[in-house]
Amino acid sequence: MQGLDFSIVPEYWPLIGKGLWWTVVISTASAVLSVLAGIGFALLVLYASPVVRYPVRLFMWLFMGTPLLLQLFLIYFGLVQIGIDIPAIWSGIIALSLHFAVYNADIFRAGIAALDKGQTEAARSLGFGAWRTRIYIVVPQAVRGTVPAVGNMMIALLKESSIVSMIGIAELVHSAQLVISETYRPFEFYLTAAALYYGLNLILEAVLRGIERKVELSR
Amino acid sequence: MDIALIGRIVPVFVQAAWTTVELSLLSLALGLAVAALVAMLRLSHVAALRFAGAAYVSVFRGTPALIQIFLLYFGGPQVGIQFEPFAAGAIALGLNIAAYMAESIRGGVLSVDRGQMEAARSLGFGEGQSMRWIVLPQAAKLMIRPLGVNAVALVKGTALVATISVVELTYTAQRFIGSTYKPFEIFAVTAVLYMIMVYGLTLLIDRLDRAYAGEA
Repeated sequence: MQGLDFSIVPEYWPLIGKGLWWTVVISTASAVLSVLAGIGFALLVLYASPVVRYPVRLFMWLFMGTPLLLQLFLIYFGLVQIGIDIPAIWSGIIALSLHFAVYNADIFRAGIAALDKGQTEAARSLGFGAWRTRIYIVVPQAVRGTVPAVGNMMIALLKESSIVSMIGIAELVHSAQLVISETYRPFEFYLTAAALYYGLNLILEAVLRGIERKVELSR
Repeated sequence: MDIALIGRIVPVFVQAAWTTVELSLLSLALGLAVAALVAMLRLSHVAALRFAGAAYVSVFRGTPALIQIFLLYFGGPQVGIQFEPFAAGAIALGLNIAAYMAESIRGGVLSVDRGQMEAARSLGFGEGQSMRWIVLPQAAKLMIRPLGVNAVALVKGTALVATISVVELTYTAQRFIGSTYKPFEIFAVTAVLYMIMVYGLTLLIDRLDRAYAGEA
């Protein structure tokens, strides 16, 4: 037992701050991609021909039934063995995006199914094609109702982005690990990292509340 | 697909999957016990207790489970707490899922009509008695699905303890991907085992929910 000493934390702020920045970058990129891919998957599952629909459903089923860490290992350590060499940072972003896209797709699918059929009929009768109707009329309206549920997914995504530290991406947890290997003070620096995640989480929750209010007003 | 390889590795992976099951069950038991306590705090009449419960939920839900595991396993010895990887993993996962389960329990209790409690009180039941005999039995049905969702997340979450070298399913998969250079065979075997656990549990929860919450 060596006791705790938080006074050394500020000295390592440059490194920790850099990690924090990368956590924000990776989470934001993955959040955007997971929403876009989620909408895409939802549309394919609902409307594409069986040749496309069933593989997408199989993929969703596979990714919902397995842990993110396993998916990350498959993408980073696995693909390179069959000649697909994706840099660590992109492996991390792809794994996070696909993992959460699958959950988002389920939410969007329910949102689209809940939308009034009259919207589609009206657009079609005004001369919109089937896919133009889905993309310009159905999706924008359906997505509004899904903001709270997708927001919860994004809160989970921010926390789970810590997992990409396992493939050596220099985000917050990995930066903490680097500092710990130098200082031998895991408790202080993991607690610091935890506090920073907590802060990021509060900010994200405030942002999501703002978006929810805006969406409510424009409905 | 290298079928011979799959045949060779299956026994090892089934063993590893069993460790995942053990981890899940242990942390589920711990998680439910702590969650019941935290939910009681959250529903208490005493403001300080309510605050303590809310703080627990906020802290454990506001930070990554991975860091909670690292704090206990790597940081613990600094403050005199030392566990084997398996125990550290099970405890950290249990404490983490407890925060989510406490909210599921609280949600169930709050969904029971207030009139039930009032009716019980006016019939002469004490507050504790009303909760125990009138409110909780009705709330329990409403908790099946949300607690089930938590349990499924927990099973997938056990993969995180691979990072502190607990030889469970994901750790084993990572080691074999590294040594066999057959990532898709390894992934296929691992995925099937996880999906048996995850979708098996989902099916069980559906059954329970339909059997008990159906009439609600």
